[in-house]
Amino acid sequence: MRIFDPHIHMTSRTTEDYERMAAAGVKAVVEPAFWLGQPRTNVGSFTDYFDSLVGWEPFRAGQFGVRYHATVALNPKEANDPRCRPVLDVLPRYLDKDGVVAVGEIGYDSMTPEEDAAFAAQLALAVAHDLPALVHTPHRDKARGVERSLAVVAESGIEPGRVVIDHLNEVTVQLVRDTGCWLGFSIYPDTKVSPPRLVEVLKAYGTERVLVNSAADWGRSDPLLTRATGEAMLLAGFTDDDVDRVLWRNPVEFYGQSGRLDLSDIDAPEPTFAGNSILRGGG
Amino acid sequence: MTPNELRAALRGVPDPEWLAAAVRGVAAQPAAIARFFPAAGRRCGRADLPDLPGWTADEAARALLLATMTADQAEWVETLYRTGDAAEKRAVLKALPLLPIGAVGLPLLHDALRTNDTRLIAAALGPYAEHLDQPAWRQAVLKCVFSGVPLAMVADLDTRADGELAAMLAAFAAERRAAGRTMPPDATELLDRLATAAGREHHKEA
Repeated sequence: MRIFDPHIHMTSRTTEDYERMAAAGVKAVVEPAFWLGQPRTNVGSFTDYFDSLVGWEPFRAGQFGVRYHATVALNPKEANDPRCRPVLDVLPRYLDKDGVVAVGEIGYDSMTPEEDAAFAAQLALAVAHDLPALVHTPHRDKARGVERSLAVVAESGIEPGRVVIDHLNEVTVQLVRDTGCWLGFSIYPDTKVSPPRLVEVLKAYGTERVLVNSAADWGRSDPLLTRATGEAMLLAGFTDDDVDRVLWRNPVEFYGQSGRLDLSDIDAPEPTFAGNSILRGGG
Repeated sequence: MTPNELRAALRGVPDPEWLAAAVRGVAAQPAAIARFFPAAGRRCGRADLPDLPGWTADEAARALLLATMTADQAEWVETLYRTGDAAEKRAVLKALPLLPIGAVGLPLLHDALRTNDTRLIAAALGPYAEHLDQPAWRQAVLKCVFSGVPLAMVADLDTRADGELAAMLAAFAAERRAAGRTMPPDATELLDRLATAAGREHHKEA
């Protein structure tokens, strides 16, 4: 089973996770920029974080044979802090980077006017940089948040096929399925969707335009739930090809729209540095 | 290495038109490099260049863009490194010895040598490392041994290696032995060469 996790916050995960993920078949990940748990208070905090998403973290992932790309944005929660809003001005230089395959996570947290402004501005950046967009949907008042997100997306003029509406569930999937946007599901213990529930959604709506992610981060989450979902699909009678479509070909197609997804030599053996293993030491 | 050699080695890139236009754009307007520099990887590819051992297409294209600038090179070297992703940083480091900027890029070497990214460490130890003072250079060589960067990547290794580096390597080898671990063969070979040279020196004095 080859797995592409299209939404996982590896910065918050351990090296052991990379090893377990690689052993479970996770060959590629996308890490969206997000809220770190502790609020940031200045632009420099963000640029250091974004630099790590295009610098150290892809290197760390590569040591374990996991191909790494990122999405960059001012997240909805921190869009409400006037000290963080100038982050919007530094985003264009990150949206030019090879390893950045979308604008995200953007969208709503509490649906404030400040969030409206940041959301619309960043959809415009996605259009200007010819990149897809990853839209987070709120945990509170979710259905209305999804409806409002879809309205902002429609107004922005971005092509719906270049947008994923993420963290959907049994209720909100119905709002998105006919819009042409991609359907994102986070398999996350307790608060989001479980593997058996996702299987039921797939039975009802099919595998087209569906992205399944672990959204693993600093919360109670599990980077191997993508694999568990693939296994639950097989048990429920889906074919190997169905699983490959959902867990590999769909995310490749979605992020491939950036023109920057680099999956060359993905099946190469252990990474080496001019013949020497780069895993030799720390420093 | 000259800009002409870079240009010749880049003849086979997938999109030579783009590169030619970027070179013209940067020559006419230095600030244009800000958008061309990050795009060079996806436009020129990242393959090893057969005519330029040790260089990839993206590195060579970025070095060529820097070498083409007619003004403000020192400022742009700093900016492109500070705002670059890992591949852009590596390209700046490799371009440094080709540029008429003296030792201005030295802080970038220190920055790269503080990282744990072996590709940056290696790129910082090319010919431009002549500007590093001896204590910093020795630490950098030891860091290569520690982190698995082949010593073949270090410019002027044998002319610059000294008794103090030999002492540091010997101490490291002793720690490794005590831990039941091996030394990388290239480090052991360097230590042997330094010991032989020291013996010759000692013999001469006696």
